[in-house]
Amino acid sequence: MSISIQSIHKSFGSYLALDDVSLEVPQGSLTALLGPSGSGKTTLLRIVAGLDFADEGRGKILFHGENVADVPAGERQVGFVFQHYALFRHMTVAENVAFGLNVMPRHRRPSAAEIDERVKELLHLVRLDGLDRRRPHELSGGQRQRVALARALAIRPKVLLLDEPFGALDAQVRKDLRRWLRVFHDQIGLTTLFVTHDQEEALELADQVVVMRQARVEQVGPPQEIFDHPRTPFVYEFLGNVNKIPHANGEVRYVRPHEMEITFAAEYDAARDVLADVTHLFSAGPVASLSLRLGDGSLVEAEISRKQLEELALSVGDRVAVRWP
Amino acid sequence: MKHSVVTQETRVVRWLLIAATLLILGLFLLLPLVAVFIEALRQGWQVFWAALHEDAARSAVGLTIAMAALAVPLNALFGLAAAWAVTKFRFRGRALLITLIDLPFAVSPVVAGVVWILLFSSHGWFGAFLAKHDIAIIFAWPGIMLATLFVTFPFVARELIPLMESQGTDQEEAAVTLGANGWQIFWRVTLPNIKWGLLYGVLLCNARAMGEFGAVSVVSGHIRGETNTLPLHIEVLYNEYQFSAAFACATLLAMLALLTLGLKSAIEHFSGHSGRGH
Ligand SMILES: Nc1ncnc2c1ncn2[C@@H]1O[C@H](COP(=O)(O)OP(=O)(O)OP(=O)(O)O)[C@@H](O)[C@H]1O
Ligand SMILES: [Mg+2]
Repeated sequence: MSISIQSIHKSFGSYLALDDVSLEVPQGSLTALLGPSGSGKTTLLRIVAGLDFADEGRGKILFHGENVADVPAGERQVGFVFQHYALFRHMTVAENVAFGLNVMPRHRRPSAAEIDERVKELLHLVRLDGLDRRRPHELSGGQRQRVALARALAIRPKVLLLDEPFGALDAQVRKDLRRWLRVFHDQIGLTTLFVTHDQEEALELADQVVVMRQARVEQVGPPQEIFDHPRTPFVYEFLGNVNKIPHANGEVRYVRPHEMEITFAAEYDAARDVLADVTHLFSAGPVASLSLRLGDGSLVEAEISRKQLEELALSVGDRVAVRWP
Repeated sequence: MKHSVVTQETRVVRWLLIAATLLILGLFLLLPLVAVFIEALRQGWQVFWAALHEDAARSAVGLTIAMAALAVPLNALFGLAAAWAVTKFRFRGRALLITLIDLPFAVSPVVAGVVWILLFSSHGWFGAFLAKHDIAIIFAWPGIMLATLFVTFPFVARELIPLMESQGTDQEEAAVTLGANGWQIFWRVTLPNIKWGLLYGVLLCNARAMGEFGAVSVVSGHIRGETNTLPLHIEVLYNEYQFSAAFACATLLAMLALLTLGLKSAIEHFSGHSGRGH
């Protein structure tokens, strides 16, 4: 089911948390809401879920073309996964997952046996087989997150909303779960909107990235496009790791480290290159990263392959010629 | 060497402190408790037994239980509603409401009693109206009921507010998105999460409801066999120099206290377990 958000406003007292936000989430897509803390991501997600309400008379939200303004949260068929899981702590994992089924009105509620079956399937889907009798406090963070996901999926939602699903997890688990979520999404094809403030996560995972800043949408597009053609300096910087190089005419150029080209100082071409000194060298990763001091004293970062590093045989203190597009 | 001297000294201090605490506890808490039982039995089991089975005593016990049976569930409901309103919603006047909930703790019970007199006695604001409709509140059980309700109001709410505040609304919101209605959310999510706190509040509320003296004393009128609760009955006996009978009845309240303490630590024990890991 597609979601269409059309010029939504939301104020808390005099504070404007969402300012004319519009956004299309296509059917079956995995869309990331990316933005710094306080930019309004959670607020937007909660409004889509029906847990909060946009300012009256301004803008609307359509699910599959239909205005959901009057549809209460419980009938929107959204699966919502909270940043801090919000698991029912007095219930077992199985009871948590079954909750949405158990509270259905009798005529729609599956039989107890069907519910059991369904819970088992879901726990298998999120790879938590055998943990059904545990309570939330007996699970790791990543496991809790997946219980929350299974619980949200149990009601067969039409859209999935995830608020910083990996926010509270350590780096390794984060990476694992991230990959897993991508595969998982491709498997079930559910329209998914997830919040994150980690640009790497957004770029790696999403079909579409929405960059938010101070209550507004800054840019929307596929990850590649956002990364290669940031529309504003903010997006450029927020996507991480960028050199700001002031030009003589007062303009600022944004250049990513991997776009910097490095050659021997002997090949210096005054028309295209500038000279720089290597001040720091880090080559423990798959690519080598260098810190360079330009003629005007400013520092920039460059990334080159390990192979190129060997060819150049660089060390700290060497002088090189640098150019950028 | 010096080190051990220091620890030895602190050990001495520690034992002194513990001994002093025990002494004070014994002197001020345990001794009176024991004294109650000794006094009650001073003239033998028969007198003790008779004092408890006398009509006025039975009626006092009955009234006390009846008042608690009404006041405790009502205040459990009020307390729940107040705690729910104050913690799950943000509204103007919320801070004032939280303060008002504490009012019965801040005001002397006598004042609470006098206010009801002012409102409902024959010379009070609504006195004429009540007389016309032949409704007795003051010097009758409804007055005692109101006084008890007033003084026991904060117990449940006070217990629940911090608890519900710390739990936030996440779980309720999760339940909403899963399609639960208000009733289901309350029974399946909110209540299980606060049940120990609620029980604790109810227990303290009950202890106070049965033991309340001041406010009830003002509105009751001390009609023997009719409007005397157990604490009032004890006072009457005492004033009539029937010490053994007075202490016999006092043992009931003392046992209520012991029972309350026992249940209280049982609740703490169980809730401590259920809350593990959070
Ligand atoms: N209930 C509320 N009352 C008042 N202000 C609020 C409320 N909820 C959010 N805000 C404000 O709205 C702004 C956006 O909040 P929101 O939670 O949507 O940010 P976010 O992008 O999710 O940030 P984070 O990454 O830190 O979770 C913040 O400045 C916040 O203080
Ligand atoms: Mg947030």
